[in-house]
Amino acid sequence: MDIRDVHFTYPDGRKALRGVDLRIEHGQRVALLGPNGAGKTTLALHCNGIYEADAGSIHIGALPVTDANLPEIRRCVGLVFQDPDDQLFMPTVRDDVAFGPANLGLRGEELDVRVAEALDAVGAADVAGRAPHHLSGGEQRRVALATVLAMRPDLLVLDEPTSGLDPAGHRELVDVLRGLSITQLVITHDLPFALELCERAVIMNDGRATADGATADLLADQGLLHANRLELPFGFDPAVARRDNRPTSPR
Amino acid sequence: MHAPDGFLNAGTAVATGAVSAGTIAVALRRTREQLRDKQVPLAGISAAFIFAAQMFNFPVAAGTTGHLLGGALAAILLGPATGALVVTVVVVVQALAFADGGLTALGYNVLNMAVITSFGGYAIFLLLRRLLPSNATGVILATGVAAGLSVVLSSMAFSIEWLFGATAPVPFDTVFGAMVGVHLLIGIGEAIISALAVGAVLVARPDLVYGVKDLDRATLAERPAMGMRGFLIGGVLVALLFAVVVSQFAAPDPDGLERVATDTGFIDSAQDHAFGSSVFADYATAGVANETLSLAIAGTAGVVITLAVGSGLFFALRDRRREPDRDHHHAAV
Amino acid sequence: MGAGHAHALYVHEHSPVHRLAPQVKLAAAFGFVLAVAVTPREAMWAFAIDATALAVVVRLARLPVAFVLARLAVVLPFITFAFLIPFVGSGERVDVLGVSVSQAGLWGAWNVLAKATLGATVSILLAATTEIPSILRGMAQLRVPETFTAIAAFMIRYLELIAGDLRRMRTAMTARGYDPRWLWQARPIATSAGALFIRSYERGERVHAAMLSRGYTGTMPALDRRVATKREWLIAAIAPGVATGTAITAFLALM
Repeated sequence: MDIRDVHFTYPDGRKALRGVDLRIEHGQRVALLGPNGAGKTTLALHCNGIYEADAGSIHIGALPVTDANLPEIRRCVGLVFQDPDDQLFMPTVRDDVAFGPANLGLRGEELDVRVAEALDAVGAADVAGRAPHHLSGGEQRRVALATVLAMRPDLLVLDEPTSGLDPAGHRELVDVLRGLSITQLVITHDLPFALELCERAVIMNDGRATADGATADLLADQGLLHANRLELPFGFDPAVARRDNRPTSPR
Repeated sequence: MHAPDGFLNAGTAVATGAVSAGTIAVALRRTREQLRDKQVPLAGISAAFIFAAQMFNFPVAAGTTGHLLGGALAAILLGPATGALVVTVVVVVQALAFADGGLTALGYNVLNMAVITSFGGYAIFLLLRRLLPSNATGVILATGVAAGLSVVLSSMAFSIEWLFGATAPVPFDTVFGAMVGVHLLIGIGEAIISALAVGAVLVARPDLVYGVKDLDRATLAERPAMGMRGFLIGGVLVALLFAVVVSQFAAPDPDGLERVATDTGFIDSAQDHAFGSSVFADYATAGVANETLSLAIAGTAGVVITLAVGSGLFFALRDRRREPDRDHHHAAV
Repeated sequence: MGAGHAHALYVHEHSPVHRLAPQVKLAAAFGFVLAVAVTPREAMWAFAIDATALAVVVRLARLPVAFVLARLAVVLPFITFAFLIPFVGSGERVDVLGVSVSQAGLWGAWNVLAKATLGATVSILLAATTEIPSILRGMAQLRVPETFTAIAAFMIRYLELIAGDLRRMRTAMTARGYDPRWLWQARPIATSAGALFIRSYERGERVHAAMLSRGYTGTMPALDRRVATKREWLIAAIAPGVATGTAITAFLALM
C-alpha cells in the first residue's frame, strides 16, 4: 500500500489528515500508534475508499483508490472496525461471514466452503449458528475478523483489535493474527501487543506521521513516546520482552 | 393498541390490509430514494430504536406509567415515509415473533399505528410549522402537538373501522367517545415525550431531524427557555376539554347530544336512516340514538384522517424533487 | 404491555413442528386464523374442533401447556373488553343470573373471546416454534419485499443492544436519585431517548461503512434460502384445512 501526501478535512472543518506518507510492503506487519484524535481511524477509512482524500493519492498494489476501482479495492483491503457490533450486522455468524463473499458473487457450495475456511482460520467454527449479539467479546472480535478474511484480502487493516478483551481473548486473537500471512496494518494503543505482533511501527500525531521505524526502537525511545502522548505500561520493558519469548496460551 | 383477531370483521381486515400494503409499498420506494444504500442499516436501527422506546415506560401520574407509540416521532426525525416503514416493521415483527397483535389484525394495526400516525402526524407537524415561529421552540411545540394528535387520529381511525366492521353491538358513538376520550389523555404523554426527544436531538445533531431540513443551525440556536409546566398544563386543559366533549358520545344514552341535535335541526326524526346502513356493520349503528349525528361525526373524522394522511403522503413524495445530498463525509460510493 | 413485547417466545426443541420450513408455518398460521375469523360465531362446535386441532399441534411441538397458557395472558385486556360488551351493548336484553344483558352482546363477547384466544394461540405456536431469523427467511420466501425483511433483520439484531443502552441510561439516572412519578418529571427520560436516537443513528452510519467495506452496493445478497418440499406444505396444510372445513360447514349449516 502506498499512501502519498494525503490530506483530508471533515465537512465540519476539522482537518484530520495533513499530508500523510506511508508505504507498506507485501507481507509486513506495521503498527500504527498515536494519541486519540491523531487521525489513525480516519486514515484507515481511506484505505478502502470509505473516505475520499482531498489531496494526495493512495495505491493498493497497482490500483489507485478511486470510485471505479472500489469493488476490487474492497476485496483487496479488509478493514476490521473498532467496534465489532458495527461489523456484525447479520442475524447469524454464518450469515455475517457469508455477506462479504456473497457480494463478490459466490453462491452455494463455493460460498459454504469459503465461510467454513474463514471461521476455521479464527477458531470460531463452533459458533456459526449463533446470533452475533450473543457472543462474548473475544468471540465477537474473532468473528469480525473472519467476516473480513472470507474475502481473501491482500491487506488487513485492524482498528484497535484488542481493546476490551480479557487476557485469554487477547491471547487467542494475537495467536490468530500471528498465524496469518497477510500484510497487516494494526492501529492500537496496546504497545506490548504492537511489539509482539509488528516488526515495524509508525507513530501518527495531529494528522501526520511523526516517526517510522522498528517497533522495538520506537518503544525504547522514551522522549519520542512522550512527545506523542504515548507511554509504556507500568513495568513493561521492551528490551526484556523479546519477540520470540512468547507465553503459552492460558487454557 | 395491538388489536387481536376477531375484533373487526373479515371485510375490514382485508380492506385495511390492502390499504396498508399499498401505502407501505410506496413508503419503501420513497425511503429508498431518500436514503439510497443506507436504507437498510438506518431504517433497521431506527426500527430497533422505536421498538426499544416503546418498551420503556415514562411516568404519567402517581406512579402509573405510559408507553410511547412513536409514529409521529419517527416521521419527524426520519421523514414520513421512513417513519411509517419503520413503525410497520416494528408492528409486523411484534405480531409474528412476539405474538403481540392478531395475524389477521395486521391490516388495521399497521394502518392505525404506523400509517396514520406517521403520515397524519407529519402533516399536522408541517401545518403547525407554518403557523409557529421557525425556531427550535416552534419546532418542539409543533412536534408535541402533532404527536399528541397523531394518537387521537389513530383512535378515530379505529372507531371508524369499528363503524364498518364491528363484531359486537357496541354502537359507534360509544366506541368513538371512549377511544378518542382516552387517547386524548394518552396523547399528552406522547406529545411531551416526543417534543422533548426531538428537542434533545436538535441540540446535538439538528441535521438528523428530517422535519427541520429547511432551517440552519443559527436559527435553531435561538432557544428561549421552555416552560415545561406551562406547556404541560396547557396541553392537559385542552385535552380534558376535548375529552369531556367527546366522551358525551360514550354515554349509551346521549340525551344531551340528542337535544343539541334536535335544536339545531340536525336530526331527521321522522324518517328511517337515510344513509342506507348496509355499508355499515349493523352493530355499529343499531341502538344509536341518533344515527345521523353519529354518521356525521364519523364522516367528519374520516375526512380529517384522509386529509391528514393524504397530505402526509403528498409531502413525502413531493420532497424527493428537492433532496440535497446530505452525506456528512466524502463517501466515495 | 411494554416490556412484554421483547420477550422472545422461541422454545428450543426438535419437534416436527420446529423442523418445518418457516414459510409453510407462516402460511399455515395465516390460513388457520383467517378460517377462524370467518367462522360464524354461533357454531360453537366449530371452535371446539379448531381448539382441538391446535391442542394437537401444541402437543406435537412439545410445548409445555403452561407456557402457552401463560403467554395467552396477552389477550387479557381484550377479554376484559369482551366481558363488558354484554353490559354496554344495545339490542334485545336478556336476563342472566338476574342481570339484564344484551343478547347480541353476549354473542359479540363470545365471538371476540373465541377468535382472539384461538388467534393468539396460533401466534404463540408460530413464535415458539420458529426462530426469528427463520421467520424472516420465511417471509422472504413468501414474496415479502427483501428490503422489508432485511430492515426487520437489522432491527432484531440491534434491538437488544439499543434496549440495553436505554436500560443502562435509566439505571445511571436512578443511581443519581431520579425517581419520577409524574409526567412533568419525565424530561430526563425523553432527552435521553433523544440522545439514544443520535447514538443509534450514528451506529447505523458506521454499520453502513462496514457494509460498504465488505462490498455492499445497495442490495442485500441472497443467502441460503430453503425451498419447502411438497410434503412439508401438505403437512402444514392439515390444521388450517381443518379450520377451513369447519368454517365452511358452519357457514353452510347456517343457510
